Amino acid sequence: MNSYKKAQKRNKVIVGVILIIGGIIAVTPFIWMMLSSFKTNAEIVSMESGLLPKEWTFQNFIDLFEKMNFGVYLKNTLIITAFSFGGMFLNAMAGYGFAKYRFKGRNSLFIMILATMMIPGQVTMIPVYLILNNLGLTNTLAGIVLPGLVGAYGIFLFRQFMSTISDELLEAARLDGASEFYIFTRIIIPLSKPILAVQGILTFIAGWNSFMWPLIIANDEKYYTLSVGLQLLQGQYGNNYALQMAGATFMVVPIIIIFLTFQKYILQGFNVSGLK
Amino acid sequence: MKSANKKAPYFFISPAIILLLVFSILPIFIALFISFTDLSLAGLADWSRVNFIGIDNYKNILADPIFIKAAGNTIYYVVIGVPLVVIISLGLAILINVGDGRFFSFMRLVFYSPSITNIVAVSVVWTFLYNPNIAIGLFNQILDLVGIAPVSWLLDPAVAKLSLIILALWRGTGINMLIFLAALQGIPPEYYEAAELDGASKWNQLRYITVPMLKFSIFFVSVTTIIGWLQFFEEPFVMTEGGPLNSTTSISLFLYRNGFQLNEFGYAAAGSLILFVVIIIITLFQLRGQLKNNENEM
Repeated sequence: MNSYKKAQKRNKVIVGVILIIGGIIAVTPFIWMMLSSFKTNAEIVSMESGLLPKEWTFQNFIDLFEKMNFGVYLKNTLIITAFSFGGMFLNAMAGYGFAKYRFKGRNSLFIMILATMMIPGQVTMIPVYLILNNLGLTNTLAGIVLPGLVGAYGIFLFRQFMSTISDELLEAARLDGASEFYIFTRIIIPLSKPILAVQGILTFIAGWNSFMWPLIIANDEKYYTLSVGLQLLQGQYGNNYALQMAGATFMVVPIIIIFLTFQKYILQGFNVSGLK
Repeated sequence: MKSANKKAPYFFISPAIILLLVFSILPIFIALFISFTDLSLAGLADWSRVNFIGIDNYKNILADPIFIKAAGNTIYYVVIGVPLVVIISLGLAILINVGDGRFFSFMRLVFYSPSITNIVAVSVVWTFLYNPNIAIGLFNQILDLVGIAPVSWLLDPAVAKLSLIILALWRGTGINMLIFLAALQGIPPEYYEAAELDGASKWNQLRYITVPMLKFSIFFVSVTTIIGWLQFFEEPFVMTEGGPLNSTTSISLFLYRNGFQLNEFGYAAAGSLILFVVIIIITLFQLRGQLKNNENEM
Protein backbone atom coordinates (compact mmCIF):
# COMPACT_ATOMS: atom_id res chain seq x y z
CA MET A 1 0.00 0.00 0.00
CA ASN A 2 2.90 2.30 0.78
CA SER A 3 4.38 2.01 -2.69
CA TYR A 4 0.90 2.52 -4.13
CA LYS A 5 0.57 5.77 -2.21
CA LYS A 6 4.00 6.85 -3.37
CA ALA A 7 3.02 6.17 -6.99
CA GLN A 8 -0.17 8.19 -6.42
CA LYS A 9 1.87 11.08 -5.06
CA ARG A 10 4.30 10.89 -7.98
CA ASN A 11 1.40 10.91 -10.47
CA LYS A 12 -0.03 14.01 -8.82
CA VAL A 13 3.28 15.80 -9.13
CA ILE A 14 3.59 14.92 -12.84
CA VAL A 15 0.02 16.07 -13.47
CA GLY A 16 0.72 19.24 -11.52
CA VAL A 17 3.73 20.03 -13.67
CA ILE A 18 1.77 19.47 -16.89
CA LEU A 19 -1.02 21.72 -15.61
CA ILE A 20 1.41 24.47 -14.63
CA ILE A 21 2.94 24.44 -18.12
CA GLY A 22 -0.53 24.53 -19.68
CA GLY A 23 -1.58 27.27 -17.26
CA ILE A 24 1.40 29.42 -18.18
CA ILE A 25 0.47 29.07 -21.85
CA ALA A 26 -3.13 30.00 -21.00
CA VAL A 27 -2.27 33.20 -19.12
CA THR A 28 0.68 34.38 -21.26
CA PRO A 29 -1.50 36.44 -23.64
CA PHE A 30 -3.04 38.26 -20.64
CA ILE A 31 0.29 38.93 -18.95
CA TRP A 32 1.88 40.11 -22.19
CA MET A 33 -1.12 42.34 -22.89
CA MET A 34 -0.95 43.99 -19.46
CA LEU A 35 2.83 44.45 -19.47
CA SER A 36 2.75 45.90 -23.00
CA SER A 37 0.03 48.37 -22.03
CA PHE A 38 2.49 50.02 -19.61
CA LYS A 39 5.27 50.28 -22.21
CA THR A 40 5.73 53.10 -24.68
CA ASN A 41 5.04 52.13 -28.26
CA ALA A 42 8.61 53.06 -29.13
CA GLU A 43 9.81 50.45 -26.67
CA ILE A 44 7.50 47.76 -28.07
CA VAL A 45 8.70 48.19 -31.65
CA SER A 46 12.37 48.42 -30.69
CA MET A 47 14.52 45.31 -30.81
CA GLU A 48 15.55 45.65 -27.15
CA SER A 49 12.13 45.27 -25.55
CA GLY A 50 12.15 42.83 -22.68
CA LEU A 51 9.42 41.25 -20.59
CA LEU A 52 8.97 44.13 -18.15
CA PRO A 53 8.54 47.76 -19.25
CA LYS A 54 11.79 49.72 -18.92
CA GLU A 55 9.80 52.73 -17.83
CA TRP A 56 6.24 52.24 -16.60
CA THR A 57 3.85 54.67 -18.25
CA PHE A 58 0.13 55.39 -17.84
CA GLN A 59 0.06 57.55 -20.94
CA ASN A 60 -1.60 54.81 -23.04
CA PHE A 61 -4.58 54.69 -20.72
CA ILE A 62 -4.85 58.48 -20.71
CA ASP A 63 -4.72 58.43 -24.53
CA LEU A 64 -7.70 56.03 -24.62
CA PHE A 65 -9.82 58.84 -23.20
CA GLU A 66 -8.11 61.73 -24.94
CA LYS A 67 -7.32 60.43 -28.43
CA MET A 68 -10.29 58.05 -28.52
CA ASN A 69 -13.72 58.45 -26.92
CA PHE A 70 -13.40 55.61 -24.45
CA GLY A 71 -15.39 57.62 -21.92
CA VAL A 72 -18.40 57.56 -24.27
CA TYR A 73 -17.91 53.88 -25.10
CA LEU A 74 -17.72 53.04 -21.42
CA LYS A 75 -20.93 54.94 -20.68
CA ASN A 76 -22.78 53.17 -23.54
CA THR A 77 -21.49 49.79 -22.44
CA LEU A 78 -22.69 50.40 -18.89
CA ILE A 79 -26.12 51.57 -20.09
CA ILE A 80 -26.47 48.46 -22.27
CA THR A 81 -25.40 46.27 -19.39
CA ALA A 82 -27.97 47.93 -17.11
CA PHE A 83 -30.71 47.24 -19.65
CA SER A 84 -29.62 43.61 -19.90
CA PHE A 85 -30.46 43.31 -16.22
CA GLY A 86 -33.98 44.40 -17.12
CA GLY A 87 -33.94 41.59 -19.66
CA MET A 88 -32.83 39.17 -16.97
CA PHE A 89 -35.86 40.23 -14.89
CA LEU A 90 -38.15 39.46 -17.86
CA ASN A 91 -36.44 36.04 -18.20
CA ALA A 92 -37.09 35.41 -14.51
CA MET A 93 -40.75 36.38 -14.89
CA ALA A 94 -41.18 34.04 -17.84
CA GLY A 95 -39.35 31.26 -16.02
CA TYR A 96 -41.71 31.71 -13.08
CA GLY A 97 -44.79 31.69 -15.33
CA PHE A 98 -43.73 28.37 -16.84
CA ALA A 99 -42.62 26.86 -13.54
CA LYS A 100 -45.57 27.65 -11.33
CA TYR A 101 -48.75 27.92 -13.39
CA ARG A 102 -50.77 25.46 -15.43
CA PHE A 103 -52.33 27.20 -18.39
CA LYS A 104 -53.49 26.61 -21.90
CA GLY A 105 -50.64 26.40 -24.40
CA ARG A 106 -47.98 26.07 -21.72
CA ASN A 107 -46.10 23.17 -23.23
CA SER A 108 -46.22 24.32 -26.82
CA LEU A 109 -45.10 27.83 -25.88
CA PHE A 110 -42.23 26.43 -23.86
CA ILE A 111 -41.11 24.20 -26.71
CA MET A 112 -41.26 27.20 -29.00
CA ILE A 113 -38.97 29.08 -26.63
CA LEU A 114 -36.49 26.21 -26.51
CA ALA A 115 -36.59 25.93 -30.30
CA THR A 116 -35.36 29.51 -30.63
CA MET A 117 -32.03 28.33 -29.21
CA MET A 118 -31.49 26.40 -32.45
CA ILE A 119 -31.77 29.48 -34.67
CA PRO A 120 -28.33 30.75 -35.66
CA GLY A 121 -27.68 34.46 -35.28
CA GLN A 122 -26.81 34.75 -38.97
CA VAL A 123 -30.39 33.95 -39.97
CA THR A 124 -32.02 36.53 -37.71
CA MET A 125 -29.34 39.20 -38.20
CA ILE A 126 -30.65 40.74 -41.42
CA PRO A 127 -34.40 40.45 -40.69
CA VAL A 128 -33.91 41.94 -37.21
CA TYR A 129 -32.02 44.81 -38.79
CA LEU A 130 -34.92 45.34 -41.20
CA ILE A 131 -37.46 45.22 -38.35
CA LEU A 132 -35.48 47.73 -36.29
CA ASN A 133 -35.08 49.89 -39.37
CA ASN A 134 -38.87 49.90 -39.88
CA LEU A 135 -39.39 50.81 -36.24
CA GLY A 136 -36.89 53.65 -36.65
CA LEU A 137 -34.62 52.12 -34.05
CA THR A 138 -31.38 51.81 -36.02
CA ASN A 139 -28.66 53.98 -34.56
CA THR A 140 -30.32 54.10 -31.12
CA LEU A 141 -29.41 52.44 -27.85
CA ALA A 142 -32.86 50.81 -27.75
CA GLY A 143 -32.10 49.12 -31.07
CA ILE A 144 -28.86 47.74 -29.69
CA VAL A 145 -30.50 46.40 -26.53
CA LEU A 146 -33.86 45.01 -27.71
CA PRO A 147 -32.82 42.03 -29.91
CA GLY A 148 -30.91 40.26 -27.13
CA LEU A 149 -33.02 41.37 -24.19
CA VAL A 150 -34.53 37.97 -23.42
CA GLY A 151 -33.08 34.56 -24.14
CA ALA A 152 -34.34 31.00 -24.14
CA TYR A 153 -31.43 29.65 -22.12
CA GLY A 154 -32.01 32.11 -19.29
CA ILE A 155 -35.74 31.37 -19.22
CA PHE A 156 -35.00 27.66 -19.16
CA LEU A 157 -32.59 27.95 -16.21
CA PHE A 158 -35.02 30.13 -14.22
CA ARG A 159 -37.82 27.66 -14.85
CA GLN A 160 -35.66 24.74 -13.72
CA PHE A 161 -34.75 26.49 -10.51
CA MET A 162 -38.19 27.90 -9.69
CA SER A 163 -39.98 24.56 -10.13
CA THR A 164 -38.18 23.43 -6.96
CA ILE A 165 -39.89 26.14 -4.84
CA SER A 166 -42.77 24.64 -2.85
CA ASP A 167 -46.34 25.32 -3.98
CA GLU A 168 -47.66 25.45 -0.41
CA LEU A 169 -45.71 28.63 0.21
CA LEU A 170 -47.40 30.32 -2.72
CA GLU A 171 -50.84 28.99 -1.70
CA ALA A 172 -50.38 30.35 1.80
CA ALA A 173 -49.46 33.77 0.44
CA ARG A 174 -52.52 33.73 -1.84
CA LEU A 175 -54.78 32.89 1.11
CA ASP A 176 -53.33 35.92 2.86
CA GLY A 177 -54.49 37.99 -0.10
CA ALA A 178 -51.12 38.63 -1.75
CA SER A 179 -51.28 39.58 -5.42
CA GLU A 180 -49.50 37.43 -8.00
CA PHE A 181 -46.91 40.10 -8.74
CA TYR A 182 -46.34 40.63 -5.02
CA ILE A 183 -45.71 36.90 -4.62
CA PHE A 184 -43.21 37.01 -7.46
CA THR A 185 -41.23 40.01 -6.22
CA ARG A 186 -41.42 39.31 -2.48
CA ILE A 187 -41.26 35.52 -2.28
CA ILE A 188 -39.94 34.04 -5.51
CA ILE A 189 -37.16 36.55 -6.19
CA PRO A 190 -35.64 36.34 -2.68
CA LEU A 191 -35.76 32.53 -2.84
CA SER A 192 -34.05 32.53 -6.23
CA LYS A 193 -30.84 34.18 -5.08
CA PRO A 194 -28.51 31.37 -6.24
CA ILE A 195 -29.80 31.36 -9.81
CA LEU A 196 -29.99 35.17 -9.84
CA ALA A 197 -26.33 35.33 -8.85
CA VAL A 198 -25.30 33.05 -11.71
CA GLN A 199 -27.51 34.77 -14.25
CA GLY A 200 -26.52 38.21 -12.99
CA ILE A 201 -22.82 37.56 -13.53
CA LEU A 202 -23.37 36.00 -16.94
CA THR A 203 -25.62 38.93 -17.89
CA PHE A 204 -22.94 41.39 -16.86
CA ILE A 205 -20.26 39.57 -18.83
CA ALA A 206 -22.47 39.32 -21.93
CA GLY A 207 -23.45 43.02 -21.73
CA TRP A 208 -19.87 44.15 -21.20
CA ASN A 209 -18.67 42.05 -24.14
CA SER A 210 -21.56 42.84 -26.52
CA PHE A 211 -20.21 43.41 -30.02
CA MET A 212 -22.43 42.19 -32.85
CA TRP A 213 -25.55 44.35 -32.39
CA PRO A 214 -23.70 47.53 -31.46
CA LEU A 215 -21.58 46.98 -34.59
CA ILE A 216 -24.60 46.55 -36.85
CA ILE A 217 -27.00 49.07 -35.30
CA ALA A 218 -24.69 51.93 -34.27
CA ASN A 219 -23.63 54.04 -37.25
CA ASP A 220 -22.75 56.93 -35.03
CA GLU A 221 -19.71 56.87 -32.79
CA LYS A 222 -21.76 58.23 -29.90
CA TYR A 223 -23.48 54.84 -29.60
CA TYR A 224 -20.35 52.69 -29.85
CA THR A 225 -19.61 50.21 -27.09
CA LEU A 226 -16.14 49.36 -25.81
CA SER A 227 -15.85 46.36 -28.16
CA VAL A 228 -16.76 48.37 -31.23
CA GLY A 229 -14.52 51.22 -30.09
CA LEU A 230 -11.62 48.86 -29.63
CA GLN A 231 -12.12 47.50 -33.13
CA LEU A 232 -12.14 51.09 -34.40
CA LEU A 233 -8.95 51.79 -32.45
CA GLN A 234 -7.25 48.85 -34.14
CA GLY A 235 -8.18 50.34 -37.50
CA GLN A 236 -7.13 53.90 -36.66
CA TYR A 237 -3.99 53.19 -34.68
CA GLY A 238 -2.87 49.98 -36.38
CA ASN A 239 0.78 50.53 -35.53
CA ASN A 240 0.31 51.79 -31.99
CA TYR A 241 0.46 48.45 -30.21
CA ALA A 242 0.85 50.04 -26.79
CA LEU A 243 -2.45 51.91 -27.20
CA GLN A 244 -4.18 48.77 -28.51
CA MET A 245 -2.99 46.76 -25.52
CA ALA A 246 -4.17 49.49 -23.16
CA GLY A 247 -7.62 49.31 -24.77
CA ALA A 248 -7.67 45.52 -24.50
CA THR A 249 -6.51 45.65 -20.88
CA PHE A 250 -9.23 48.18 -20.11
CA MET A 251 -11.82 45.69 -21.41
CA VAL A 252 -10.42 42.45 -20.07
CA VAL A 253 -9.21 43.28 -16.56
CA PRO A 254 -12.60 44.32 -15.07
CA ILE A 255 -14.12 41.05 -16.29
CA ILE A 256 -11.29 38.99 -14.82
CA ILE A 257 -11.68 40.77 -11.47
CA ILE A 258 -15.44 40.15 -11.46
CA PHE A 259 -14.87 36.56 -12.49
CA LEU A 260 -12.35 35.89 -9.72
CA THR A 261 -14.60 37.58 -7.15
CA PHE A 262 -17.73 35.64 -8.09
CA GLN A 263 -16.20 32.47 -9.52
CA LYS A 264 -17.92 30.33 -6.89
CA TYR A 265 -21.35 31.26 -8.30
CA ILE A 266 -20.32 30.88 -11.94
CA LEU A 267 -18.95 27.39 -11.38
CA GLN A 268 -22.05 26.45 -9.36
CA GLY A 269 -24.12 27.52 -12.35
CA PHE A 270 -22.90 24.47 -14.19
CA ASN A 271 -24.52 22.28 -11.60
CA VAL A 272 -27.77 24.26 -11.59
CA SER A 273 -28.10 23.71 -15.32
CA GLY A 274 -28.09 19.98 -14.56
CA LEU A 275 -25.42 19.18 -17.14
CA LYS A 276 -23.93 16.14 -15.51
CA MET B 1 -53.08 26.00 -8.19
CA LYS B 2 -56.81 26.55 -8.70
CA SER B 3 -56.85 29.77 -6.70
CA ALA B 4 -54.34 31.41 -9.02
CA ASN B 5 -55.64 34.14 -11.27
CA LYS B 6 -56.22 32.80 -14.78
CA LYS B 7 -54.59 35.75 -16.45
CA ALA B 8 -51.54 35.77 -14.19
CA PRO B 9 -49.34 33.32 -16.12
CA TYR B 10 -49.84 35.26 -19.34
CA PHE B 11 -48.85 38.44 -17.57
CA PHE B 12 -45.56 36.82 -16.52
CA ILE B 13 -44.65 35.18 -19.80
CA SER B 14 -45.93 37.69 -22.36
CA PRO B 15 -43.01 40.20 -22.35
CA ALA B 16 -40.50 37.44 -23.07
CA ILE B 17 -42.78 35.68 -25.56
CA ILE B 18 -43.45 38.89 -27.50
CA LEU B 19 -39.74 39.75 -27.69
CA LEU B 20 -38.84 36.24 -28.82
CA LEU B 21 -41.61 36.25 -31.41
CA VAL B 22 -40.46 39.58 -32.85
CA PHE B 23 -36.70 38.99 -32.72
CA SER B 24 -36.36 35.22 -33.20
CA ILE B 25 -39.42 33.61 -34.80
CA LEU B 26 -40.69 36.34 -37.10
CA PRO B 27 -37.16 36.91 -38.54
CA ILE B 28 -37.07 33.36 -39.90
CA PHE B 29 -40.15 34.02 -42.01
CA ILE B 30 -38.80 37.41 -43.09
CA ALA B 31 -35.48 35.78 -44.03
CA LEU B 32 -37.34 33.17 -46.05
CA PHE B 33 -39.40 35.84 -47.79
CA ILE B 34 -36.55 38.19 -48.67
CA SER B 35 -34.33 35.33 -49.82
CA PHE B 36 -36.61 35.16 -52.89
CA THR B 37 -36.24 38.88 -53.60
CA ASP B 38 -33.46 41.19 -54.75
CA LEU B 39 -33.85 43.42 -51.66
CA SER B 40 -30.88 45.76 -51.23
CA LEU B 41 -30.30 49.23 -49.82
CA ALA B 42 -32.21 50.79 -52.73
CA GLY B 43 -35.20 48.57 -52.02
CA LEU B 44 -35.15 49.52 -48.37
CA ALA B 45 -35.83 53.14 -49.26
CA ASP B 46 -38.41 52.34 -51.90
CA TRP B 47 -40.24 49.02 -51.63
CA SER B 48 -41.60 49.23 -55.16
CA ARG B 49 -38.08 48.54 -56.40
CA VAL B 50 -38.01 45.12 -54.77
CA ASN B 51 -38.61 42.25 -57.18
CA PHE B 52 -39.36 38.60 -56.74
CA ILE B 53 -36.58 36.66 -58.37
CA GLY B 54 -37.53 33.12 -57.37
CA ILE B 55 -34.60 30.94 -56.43
CA ASP B 56 -32.00 33.03 -58.25
CA ASN B 57 -30.27 34.01 -55.00
CA TYR B 58 -29.83 30.36 -54.10
CA LYS B 59 -28.57 29.48 -57.57
CA ASN B 60 -26.12 32.39 -57.60
CA ILE B 61 -24.80 31.84 -54.12
CA LEU B 62 -24.08 28.15 -54.75
CA ALA B 63 -22.10 29.21 -57.83
CA ASP B 64 -20.33 32.09 -56.04
CA PRO B 65 -16.62 31.17 -55.81
CA ILE B 66 -16.21 33.15 -52.58
CA PHE B 67 -19.15 31.35 -50.96
CA ILE B 68 -17.67 28.01 -51.97
CA LYS B 69 -14.31 29.09 -50.61
CA ALA B 70 -15.97 30.23 -47.36
CA ALA B 71 -17.86 26.93 -47.08
CA GLY B 72 -14.59 25.03 -47.60
CA ASN B 73 -12.87 27.13 -44.93
CA THR B 74 -15.74 26.58 -42.53
CA ILE B 75 -15.57 22.81 -43.07
CA TYR B 76 -11.82 23.03 -42.41
CA TYR B 77 -12.47 24.89 -39.14
CA VAL B 78 -15.00 22.26 -38.06
CA VAL B 79 -12.93 19.22 -39.06
CA ILE B 80 -9.70 20.45 -37.44
CA GLY B 81 -11.17 22.52 -34.62
CA VAL B 82 -13.89 20.33 -33.14
CA PRO B 83 -11.80 17.20 -32.38
CA LEU B 84 -9.06 19.39 -30.90
CA VAL B 85 -11.52 21.20 -28.61
CA VAL B 86 -13.03 17.91 -27.41
CA ILE B 87 -9.67 16.18 -26.83
CA ILE B 88 -7.94 19.12 -25.15
CA SER B 89 -10.85 20.07 -22.89
CA LEU B 90 -11.43 16.43 -21.91
CA GLY B 91 -7.70 15.97 -21.28
CA LEU B 92 -7.55 19.06 -19.09
CA ALA B 93 -10.65 17.97 -17.17
CA ILE B 94 -9.14 14.53 -16.50
CA LEU B 95 -5.87 16.07 -15.32
CA ILE B 96 -7.60 18.58 -13.06
CA ASN B 97 -9.83 15.85 -11.67
CA VAL B 98 -6.73 14.00 -10.37
CA GLY B 99 -6.54 16.20 -7.31
CA ASP B 100 -8.99 18.19 -5.24
CA GLY B 101 -6.73 20.62 -3.40
CA ARG B 102 -6.44 24.38 -3.78
CA PHE B 103 -3.94 24.03 -6.60
CA PHE B 104 -6.33 22.04 -8.76
CA SER B 105 -9.29 24.35 -8.25
CA PHE B 106 -7.03 27.29 -9.03
CA MET B 107 -5.93 25.68 -12.29
CA ARG B 108 -9.60 25.26 -13.17
CA LEU B 109 -10.00 29.04 -12.97
CA VAL B 110 -6.84 29.61 -14.99
CA PHE B 111 -8.05 27.50 -17.90
CA TYR B 112 -11.57 28.90 -17.76
CA SER B 113 -10.55 32.57 -17.73
CA PRO B 114 -9.96 32.93 -21.52
CA SER B 115 -13.61 31.92 -22.12
CA ILE B 116 -15.12 34.95 -20.42
CA THR B 117 -12.94 37.62 -21.94
CA ASN B 118 -14.04 39.91 -24.72
CA ILE B 119 -13.47 38.40 -28.14
CA VAL B 120 -12.51 41.70 -29.76
CA ALA B 121 -9.96 42.48 -27.05
CA VAL B 122 -8.57 38.97 -27.32
CA SER B 123 -8.36 39.20 -31.12
CA VAL B 124 -6.50 42.50 -30.87
CA VAL B 125 -4.06 40.96 -28.38
CA TRP B 126 -3.47 37.87 -30.52
CA THR B 127 -2.97 39.94 -33.67
CA PHE B 128 -0.17 41.61 -31.71
CA LEU B 129 1.24 38.26 -30.54
CA TYR B 130 1.12 36.97 -34.12
CA ASN B 131 2.93 40.03 -35.54
CA PRO B 132 5.50 38.64 -38.00
CA ASN B 133 8.05 41.34 -37.14
CA ILE B 134 10.51 39.72 -34.78
CA ALA B 135 10.85 42.94 -32.77
CA ILE B 136 7.10 43.11 -32.12
CA GLY B 137 5.41 39.69 -32.17
CA LEU B 138 5.91 37.56 -29.05
CA PHE B 139 5.46 34.22 -30.80
CA ASN B 140 8.18 34.87 -33.33
CA GLN B 141 10.42 36.15 -30.54
CA ILE B 142 9.95 32.84 -28.71
CA LEU B 143 10.58 30.87 -31.92
CA ASP B 144 13.71 32.95 -32.46
CA LEU B 145 14.98 32.02 -28.99
CA VAL B 146 14.90 28.33 -29.93
CA GLY B 147 16.34 29.05 -33.36
CA ILE B 148 13.23 28.65 -35.55
CA ALA B 149 12.69 31.04 -38.46
CA PRO B 150 9.80 33.53 -38.04
CA VAL B 151 6.34 32.40 -39.19
CA SER B 152 3.91 34.64 -41.11
CA TRP B 153 1.05 33.69 -38.81
CA LEU B 154 -1.75 35.73 -40.30
CA LEU B 155 -0.25 36.66 -43.66
CA ASP B 156 0.33 33.23 -45.16
CA PRO B 157 -2.91 31.73 -46.56
CA ALA B 158 -1.85 28.23 -45.53
CA VAL B 159 -1.02 29.20 -41.93
CA ALA B 160 -3.66 31.86 -41.25
CA LYS B 161 -6.52 29.38 -40.75
CA LEU B 162 -4.46 27.40 -38.25
CA SER B 163 -3.50 30.59 -36.42
CA LEU B 164 -7.19 31.43 -35.98
CA ILE B 165 -7.91 27.87 -34.82
CA ILE B 166 -5.16 28.11 -32.18
CA LEU B 167 -6.74 31.28 -30.81
CA ALA B 168 -10.23 29.76 -30.82
CA LEU B 169 -8.88 26.68 -29.02
CA TRP B 170 -7.25 28.82 -26.37
CA ARG B 171 -10.54 30.60 -25.86
CA GLY B 172 -12.96 27.69 -26.26
CA THR B 173 -11.56 24.87 -24.16
CA GLY B 174 -12.31 26.37 -20.73
CA ILE B 175 -16.07 26.16 -20.81
CA ASN B 176 -16.09 22.63 -22.22
CA MET B 177 -13.52 21.59 -19.64
CA LEU B 178 -16.00 22.62 -16.93
CA ILE B 179 -18.75 20.56 -18.54
CA PHE B 180 -16.47 17.50 -18.62
CA LEU B 181 -15.32 18.15 -15.07
CA ALA B 182 -18.92 18.19 -13.79
CA ALA B 183 -19.51 14.90 -15.59
CA LEU B 184 -16.30 13.30 -14.27
CA GLN B 185 -17.30 14.14 -10.73
CA GLY B 186 -20.53 12.25 -11.32
CA ILE B 187 -18.73 8.92 -11.94
CA PRO B 188 -18.89 6.77 -8.77
CA PRO B 189 -15.32 6.32 -7.40
CA GLU B 190 -16.15 2.64 -6.68
CA TYR B 191 -15.76 1.89 -10.40
CA TYR B 192 -12.13 2.96 -10.33
CA GLU B 193 -11.47 1.23 -7.01
CA ALA B 194 -12.79 -2.06 -8.41
CA ALA B 195 -10.74 -1.65 -11.59
CA GLU B 196 -7.66 -0.83 -9.50
CA LEU B 197 -8.15 -4.06 -7.49
CA ASP B 198 -8.42 -6.02 -10.72
CA GLY B 199 -5.12 -4.51 -11.79
CA ALA B 200 -6.49 -2.45 -14.70
CA SER B 201 -3.99 0.09 -16.02
CA LYS B 202 -4.77 3.83 -15.96
CA TRP B 203 -5.13 3.76 -19.73
CA ASN B 204 -7.67 0.94 -19.61
CA GLN B 205 -9.57 2.72 -16.82
CA LEU B 206 -9.76 5.76 -19.07
CA ARG B 207 -10.78 3.68 -22.08
CA TYR B 208 -13.35 1.42 -20.42
CA ILE B 209 -14.74 3.53 -17.58
CA THR B 210 -14.19 7.25 -18.11
CA VAL B 211 -14.95 7.62 -21.82
CA PRO B 212 -18.09 5.42 -21.84
CA MET B 213 -19.43 7.19 -18.73
CA LEU B 214 -18.88 10.56 -20.40
CA LYS B 215 -20.68 9.65 -23.61
CA PHE B 216 -23.45 12.17 -23.13
CA SER B 217 -21.12 15.06 -22.30
CA ILE B 218 -18.88 14.23 -25.25
CA PHE B 219 -21.96 14.24 -27.46
CA PHE B 220 -23.18 17.52 -26.00
CA VAL B 221 -19.80 19.23 -26.31
CA SER B 222 -19.34 17.99 -29.90
CA VAL B 223 -22.73 19.26 -31.04
CA THR B 224 -22.40 22.67 -29.42
CA THR B 225 -18.81 23.02 -30.66
CA ILE B 226 -19.73 22.09 -34.24
CA ILE B 227 -22.55 24.64 -34.20
CA GLY B 228 -20.18 27.22 -32.73
CA TRP B 229 -17.51 26.62 -35.39
CA LEU B 230 -20.10 26.72 -38.18
CA GLN B 231 -20.83 30.25 -36.98
CA PHE B 232 -17.17 31.25 -36.59
CA PHE B 233 -17.12 35.03 -37.06
CA GLU B 234 -15.38 37.44 -34.71
CA GLU B 235 -11.84 36.08 -34.95
CA PRO B 236 -11.54 36.33 -38.76
CA PHE B 237 -13.53 39.58 -38.73
CA VAL B 238 -11.21 41.39 -36.32
CA MET B 239 -7.91 39.69 -37.12
CA THR B 240 -7.76 39.04 -40.86
CA GLU B 241 -10.97 40.47 -42.37
CA GLY B 242 -11.15 37.11 -44.12
CA GLY B 243 -7.79 37.46 -45.82
CA PRO B 244 -5.26 36.78 -47.11
CA LEU B 245 -7.08 35.97 -50.38
CA ASN B 246 -10.22 34.92 -48.50
CA SER B 247 -8.30 32.03 -46.96
CA THR B 248 -9.90 32.69 -43.55
CA THR B 249 -13.35 33.88 -44.69
CA SER B 250 -15.99 31.84 -42.88
CA ILE B 251 -19.60 31.52 -43.97
CA SER B 252 -20.69 33.92 -41.24
CA LEU B 253 -18.17 36.51 -42.33
CA PHE B 254 -19.28 36.06 -45.94
CA LEU B 255 -22.91 36.65 -44.88
CA TYR B 256 -22.03 39.69 -42.79
CA ARG B 257 -20.08 41.21 -45.66
CA ASN B 258 -22.88 40.67 -48.18
CA GLY B 259 -25.56 41.79 -45.75
CA PHE B 260 -24.06 44.81 -44.06
CA GLN B 261 -21.16 45.98 -46.19
CA LEU B 262 -22.59 45.31 -49.68
CA ASN B 263 -26.22 45.61 -48.46
CA GLU B 264 -27.32 42.62 -50.55
CA PHE B 265 -29.98 41.61 -48.02
CA GLY B 266 -31.79 39.06 -50.17
CA TYR B 267 -28.58 37.33 -51.22
CA ALA B 268 -27.24 37.16 -47.66
CA ALA B 269 -30.60 35.88 -46.35
CA ALA B 270 -30.48 33.01 -48.85
CA GLY B 271 -26.98 32.13 -47.65
CA SER B 272 -28.02 32.26 -44.00
CA LEU B 273 -30.90 29.84 -44.64
CA ILE B 274 -28.51 27.40 -46.33
CA LEU B 275 -26.34 27.57 -43.18
CA PHE B 276 -29.42 27.05 -41.00
CA VAL B 277 -30.46 23.93 -42.92
CA VAL B 278 -26.92 22.53 -42.63
CA ILE B 279 -26.94 23.12 -38.86
CA ILE B 280 -30.33 21.40 -38.48
CA ILE B 281 -29.25 18.41 -40.59
CA ILE B 282 -25.99 17.94 -38.64
CA THR B 283 -27.78 18.22 -35.31
CA LEU B 284 -30.49 15.72 -36.26
CA PHE B 285 -27.90 13.36 -37.71
CA GLN B 286 -25.90 13.40 -34.50
CA LEU B 287 -29.00 13.09 -32.36
CA ARG B 288 -29.98 9.97 -34.32
CA GLY B 289 -26.50 8.53 -33.90
CA GLN B 290 -26.71 9.16 -30.18
CA LEU B 291 -30.12 7.49 -29.87
CA LYS B 292 -28.97 4.47 -31.89
CA ASN B 293 -25.92 4.18 -29.66
CA ASN B 294 -28.12 4.06 -26.59
CA GLU B 295 -30.35 1.37 -28.11
CA ASN B 296 -27.36 -0.86 -28.82
CA GLU B 297 -26.42 -0.74 -25.19
CA MET B 298 -29.79 -1.88 -23.90
